[in-house]
Amino acid sequence: MRVIKNRSIIDDDWSLIRNIESSAPIPEGDVILPFVFWQTNRDQLLKTKKSHAIWIDGSIETESLLDDIDSFSIIALDFPIFKDGRSYSHARLLRERYNYKGELRAVGDVLQDQLFFMERCGIDSFQIRDDKDIEQALNGLKGFSVRYQAAADDTIPISERRKFK
Amino acid sequence: MYKYDDYDQAIVDERVEQFRDQTRRFISGDLSDDEFRPLRLMNGLYIQTHAPMLRVAIPYGLLSSKQLRMLAHISRKYDKGFGHFSTRQNIQFNWPALETVPDILADLATVEMHAIQTSGNCIRNTTSDQFAGVAKDELEDPRPYCEIIRQWSTFHPEFSFLPRKFKIAVSGAEGDRAAAMVHDIGLYLVSNDKGEVGFTVFVGGGLGRTPYIGKCIRDFLEKKYLLSYIEAILRVYNRFGRRDNIYKARIKILVNDVGQEEFGKQVEAEWEHIKEGVLKLEQKEIDYAKSFFTSPIYDDVAADDNSFNEVKNSNDAFSNWAKRNLYPHKIPGYHAVVISLKAPGIAPGDATGEQMDSIANLSDQYSFGEIIVTHDQNLVLPHVKQGDLFLLWQALDVQNLATSNIGLLTDMICCPGLDFCSLANAGSIPIAKQINEKFDDMDYLHDIGDLKIKMSGCVNACGHHHVGHIGILGVDKKGEEFYQLTLGGSSENDASLGDRLGPAIAKTEVANVIGKLLDVYVKLRKEDERFLETYRRVGIKPFKDNVYASN
Repeated sequence: MRVIKNRSIIDDDWSLIRNIESSAPIPEGDVILPFVFWQTNRDQLLKTKKSHAIWIDGSIETESLLDDIDSFSIIALDFPIFKDGRSYSHARLLRERYNYKGELRAVGDVLQDQLFFMERCGIDSFQIRDDKDIEQALNGLKGFSVRYQAAADDTIPISERRKFK
Repeated sequence: MYKYDDYDQAIVDERVEQFRDQTRRFISGDLSDDEFRPLRLMNGLYIQTHAPMLRVAIPYGLLSSKQLRMLAHISRKYDKGFGHFSTRQNIQFNWPALETVPDILADLATVEMHAIQTSGNCIRNTTSDQFAGVAKDELEDPRPYCEIIRQWSTFHPEFSFLPRKFKIAVSGAEGDRAAAMVHDIGLYLVSNDKGEVGFTVFVGGGLGRTPYIGKCIRDFLEKKYLLSYIEAILRVYNRFGRRDNIYKARIKILVNDVGQEEFGKQVEAEWEHIKEGVLKLEQKEIDYAKSFFTSPIYDDVAADDNSFNEVKNSNDAFSNWAKRNLYPHKIPGYHAVVISLKAPGIAPGDATGEQMDSIANLSDQYSFGEIIVTHDQNLVLPHVKQGDLFLLWQALDVQNLATSNIGLLTDMICCPGLDFCSLANAGSIPIAKQINEKFDDMDYLHDIGDLKIKMSGCVNACGHHHVGHIGILGVDKKGEEFYQLTLGGSSENDASLGDRLGPAIAKTEVANVIGKLLDVYVKLRKEDERFLETYRRVGIKPFKDNVYASN
């Protein structure tokens, strides 16, 4: 599968599992697991795996990840429909408040015209919706050459850039 | 007024190109209807009954004459020669072709205008007091803060896909003319006991199908925390606002569900994390914003020319206009002039291209080139010398712009209704026409005095019917248009939601029923009592009895 990561298209082997019983055996290979499953099987997972990738839907409170945040190399943020904007807040909190340095991956209804906003919130990889042209979607990162707000990608607000007389 | 620098201009220019590309992809089929919808909505473009409707942002209602001339040009080149000023102090064009919208945006960008975030589930145009900068009761001009909010909210990366639309209003005077209590966030400039000026913060007000008056969550917010506090409110809302039901998705529902106190606590907890961060406003940023809203150079001796008082004595029409359409100005000898867009037979809030050009010229001649759109859908020339009033009135009269009905029964707020809007259940404009036809006696209207009639063609309440002294809501009953009346609403400092009069009435009866309500008022009023005051004193019963008993 191809994803956009750090503004380039790369091949990627991580597969996302959205639905799994908490009592199910731990899946093999590079899998992104639902946070609830990960939490239930936490001790065993920490013993057996080196790299941990989780998926959170919009209703998971970012704060509940904090105890284990250093264990995760990928946090996949869900956009069940592009209009559901909760994950924008999750992304900024993870980056700006909880200093998460791993990969933040947008999954779900991820489309060209939202990438600019997502990237500004600290999301650095994008699994573009299957039926869309990923090459064309890259154009969505061009966005705007100037921004009014500081955010995860840019800590200098416009007020600092302006030369006040 | 605010002047774009290179940053502001770059953003609107790049936006034009972005939207041109999005429109191209939609027309070519790369974007589905569903995918294009939020993109066009974030740009104020609706698909309506007849054609697309484009809503252009007029930040806090303030226009230069040059900008108004451009709106006139757009109305002629891309529309049918008129525009509709809205209750959000914006302007709407009802007939542009989809493929020309990128060109309209390009034209707008040449005069520092745009349609960004005039629709969609994002932060909308921040509105304010139409008499900002000139009112005598003003503590401080609210517009620099509106501009600071405008910039912060434009393409905000985190808050562009909120559960629902989000509206902010800022009032800087004792009298609230911005309806701040019925906004998602209402901000009042106030001074504390140390004499410092800051904001009182209300949250969760709004109209629509579940109307609420805003709740105060902070009595005093220092100015430097304006943006961090608003960001904290928006973040709590973005995370926890309901997304499962479009009718329960506004912040007012969240505030009401968790309670005012608990919601305030959540906001304060979030704010603690960010208040000292990059959003903290330095004095130089506030001063920069303020530097654009300085007073013009007034004529020191404007008050000496008293000729207009003599003309008033000899000219009843001018005298009536001066009585209703002037608003006191802080500088002696000046007035703010309200131009009525509510002439009989005209859809409330509509202006033709020719009228817009004429108002632009008059504002250059008499009012330092400034024009303000009011949330009552009229226009204001904010600084007119009293010695110029008679000439101005004559010029306005030629353009059918001198109707002397500001604040009167016929100065109605009215949404586009069934004639234009695909959401509407019933017509609004025909009701306005019916009311105008019944109440065509100016002496009667002046005798009735202050009366705010507000009318919406559906429960979305774009016409603010809940806060009308008389509110009119169009409803559909088995395919027929009926009208639900409410009494006693207000959007001012004494904000209140109207009470339901009784069963909805037939379309042909609306003006007659208003007549019956006014008969009761005339009978029961005491001396100078306004309709709203009489209603509040005597209650709904006598009104109800007179309307329904005779049926």
